[in-house]
Amino acid sequence: MPFNILVLSCLAYVIFLFLVAWAAERRADRGRLGWLQSPLIYTLSLSIYCTAWTFYGAVGYAARSGLEYLTIYLGPTIVFIGWWWILRKLVRIGRQQRVTSIADLISSRFGKSNLLGVIVTIIAVVAATPYIALQLQSVTLSFSVFASPTDEGFAPPGTEATAIWVAGGLALFTILFGTRNLDAKEQHHGIVTAIAVEAVVKLIALIAVGIFVVWFMADGPADMIARIDTSDIADWNLQPGRWAGLLFAAGAAVICLPRMFQVMVVENADERHLATASWAFPLYLFAMSLFIVPIAVMGLERLPSSANPDMFVLTLPLAEGQGALAMLAFLGGFSSATSMVIVESIALATMVSNHVVMPIWLRLRPSRAVSGDVRRLVLLSRRVSIGVVLALGYAYYRMSGGSTALAAIGLIAFAGVAQILPAMVFGIFWRGATRIGAASGMTVGFIVWAYTLFLPSFGPDAVIPAMVFADGPFGISWLRPRALFGVATMDPLLHALFWSMVLNTAAFLIGSLLTFPGPVERMQGAAFVRVFDTTSGSPRGWERGLAEPEDLLVMSQRIMGDDDALTFFETEAKKQGKAGYLPDPTPDFMARLERRLAGSVGAATAHAMMSQLAGRATVTVEDLMAVASESAQIMEYSARLESQQEELTRTARALREANEKLTQLSIQKDAFLSQISHELRTPMTSIRAFSEILTEGELPPELVTNYGRIIHDEAKRLTRLLDDLLDLSVLENGSVQLNLGLANLSQMIDRALASASHTKPERSFIIHRDLPMENIFIRTDADRLVQVFINLISNARKYCDSETPELRISVRQRGGRVAVDFIDNGSGIPKKSQALIFEKFARLTDQTRAGGAGLGLAICREVMANLGGTITYLPGQGGAAFRVAIPLRLERKAA
Amino acid sequence: MTARVLLIEDEPNISEAIRFILSRDGCDVMTLADGQGAIATVRAERPDLVILDLMLPGLSGLEILAQLRADPVTQTVPVMMLTAKGQGRDREAAERAGANHFMTKPFSNDDMRAAVRALTRE
Repeated sequence: MPFNILVLSCLAYVIFLFLVAWAAERRADRGRLGWLQSPLIYTLSLSIYCTAWTFYGAVGYAARSGLEYLTIYLGPTIVFIGWWWILRKLVRIGRQQRVTSIADLISSRFGKSNLLGVIVTIIAVVAATPYIALQLQSVTLSFSVFASPTDEGFAPPGTEATAIWVAGGLALFTILFGTRNLDAKEQHHGIVTAIAVEAVVKLIALIAVGIFVVWFMADGPADMIARIDTSDIADWNLQPGRWAGLLFAAGAAVICLPRMFQVMVVENADERHLATASWAFPLYLFAMSLFIVPIAVMGLERLPSSANPDMFVLTLPLAEGQGALAMLAFLGGFSSATSMVIVESIALATMVSNHVVMPIWLRLRPSRAVSGDVRRLVLLSRRVSIGVVLALGYAYYRMSGGSTALAAIGLIAFAGVAQILPAMVFGIFWRGATRIGAASGMTVGFIVWAYTLFLPSFGPDAVIPAMVFADGPFGISWLRPRALFGVATMDPLLHALFWSMVLNTAAFLIGSLLTFPGPVERMQGAAFVRVFDTTSGSPRGWERGLAEPEDLLVMSQRIMGDDDALTFFETEAKKQGKAGYLPDPTPDFMARLERRLAGSVGAATAHAMMSQLAGRATVTVEDLMAVASESAQIMEYSARLESQQEELTRTARALREANEKLTQLSIQKDAFLSQISHELRTPMTSIRAFSEILTEGELPPELVTNYGRIIHDEAKRLTRLLDDLLDLSVLENGSVQLNLGLANLSQMIDRALASASHTKPERSFIIHRDLPMENIFIRTDADRLVQVFINLISNARKYCDSETPELRISVRQRGGRVAVDFIDNGSGIPKKSQALIFEKFARLTDQTRAGGAGLGLAICREVMANLGGTITYLPGQGGAAFRVAIPLRLERKAA
Repeated sequence: MTARVLLIEDEPNISEAIRFILSRDGCDVMTLADGQGAIATVRAERPDLVILDLMLPGLSGLEILAQLRADPVTQTVPVMMLTAKGQGRDREAAERAGANHFMTKPFSNDDMRAAVRALTRE
């Protein structure tokens, strides 16, 4: 088959995968996940465990080492059948902690330590390098095998050039696939779907080749079994140590491989899918392994001994002239390799960018945080990482010479990623595991692995000089890479696996036991180890008789109060048929008491207190955290109560003030009525007495005239009082009718002076005026304003106690207001009375009575309020001083 | 013998009315317009009856009464209280302070005459 047709089919296949991924992505974007999240897709995506190694390499493995190849399938099978123990926990933790990669898992378990993230990333990248090289090697081999036999005139490029093209193509493909956009949740529906399709393709391809071998090349199963029996492969050559080691390595790898973690944990949409996968994935592995032996046996039988057993899947159909079947097998192998490379490099790129690039970038640019920049940076760093990962794979392929058996390369990778296992397993099952332990364990394991397996895999003198292999570094023989501590008889793989795991675990345990976890680490540790313990904080069972009833009672009295606690205990005791108030500490009673206490102090606190009394002295960090958060809630609640209390206090104060005001008003009303009564009775007394005198007769005529005038005056006084009261009432109600118009201030003062001259006409007053200033026109109710002026002038005439009484009337205009001051030269009004003078009946009792009813200034105040102005007393002016302030232009109120 | 009455009343018209009524009934009436010199006048003149307005400028009627009753010389002098307020409270206060009679304004002249005759009989 021409090489270019091969390349074209590859491209067509890739484009097909692209379309599958794109369609799935579109579906997911529209939220119609549906079957994208089915357990079937999940299980099929897990099949990226089966790479070119299992597709091509397993046959080679079987051809070389017999049934040992089965360990690679059995390890994962055991892990998946026992999914309940580890996988379920990993998936739950991954979902709960939003883990993005295995490095993220380890780092966040041990207090979000970035150092650990970096260590895991390095281990994963280095260990993945041979694995990716394996894929490059297998694809390159398949290209050369497929293309060469039928080549006519078109020479395929050399294997090295092919490998470069394959590496570049895969890098490009992965970048296009995996880093189109930056998913917030690190889930890639498109890729997972494409991988599921590839899983089907590789399974069909392998089974098709198997069926061809069994039913077309051999004569059915019976004949096949007979052929197998005669073959070397059937020799049951069990090496228990090697089997155990390989089972362990494969089992560890299926958990620790970055790509497996990616599809198993990060891409997991539903924990229940694991239950399906626990039988479906082993079934898939079984189907994949079913025809390995027949193909290997047939290959060994039919093909020349020079043929690479790793390529039997491809070379058998080709040798039989089955071009189409060979093409299918080729695509199956291509699927295996591409799916592995894509997911592996995406997982590694996520780790590199999250744990290496981003921390460095954040440290270098601490002040500038531009979100758009970060997005682009993350995408860029992931793309570059993908390129670097594939470049490393290619470099390994070139350095290791590209001739090693595929399975051998794969096992190096398995042993490498297994170094993460102790930190992971202890991390999720043992709260005592610490960061230092994890870091030292993984570092030691990684170094031992690199020294004993990875670096030697390049061959003598490539990295490690041949002399070191023979005599150890600096001649220290027990440090020889293949015979550490003098153990020289072990198989190299087993040797490396054994020592790296033993030293790794030892360093981990020692480190963990010697160090104490920090607070974040403790909390994270608890969250990981107790991920299923969702009922934490709710009442757990109590054992009988651990607590003294007296202690419980004392504690309860403090919390619930004496009466409530005694009542509760008495009732409980009665239920148990006991007299008194000390029930037996039965589990039932303890649980009820805890619930009761929880009502007062919160569930966590109640549990912690009960634990103390019940002798469970272990109040854990979560217990304390729960207590703290509960206390915070209680504090918030009490703060709310406090503010409500304050509000109540404010309301009460307002009510009290209102009540005081009402009481005050009531007292004022009584006082007012009493005053009115007095003011009315006084003139009535004179009128009645004199009218009786007049009716009694026998009076001299001058007395009749005199007493008649008194009656008349007092009647007038009564009338005036009633007028004032009515006036005041109208003014206070605001129902007064104002008669607005323009009036000259000077003329108004003239009118007031003329009117007031009737008061105490015998006193001669000197009036000082400022006529030019008075010459203003004011828009107001002139009669009302004059009434105020008359009052003030009359008061001065009545009460000014100067021998030579004077009154100064001055006018000032400022802005839109006019102020008219009336200042006399008397002794003024005492300070203590100044506040009272505008009240009703506030006639100051130590003043000589001058016939007023004590309502004058009260009326003035109301008039001024109606005119939009004020009347105030001006203290410290020598004599009594009043200021009347009015607006220059009073507008009628809108109402 | 003619009864001597001291009238302490700040309303000049009321003062004149009472003076006229009692004078025509045969009393010797002295008048004061405020409480200022009241005590001294009572001590000096020893009137047979003091007629005292409750609300006086300067010293109130109740204060004057209290001082009269506190002084051994004047503590037996009969006192008639006059008030324009006429509330029960004031009557009680006056009687507690030692007033012999309480009269509300306005009053009938007959009542005034009868009360004065009764208080000045002995």
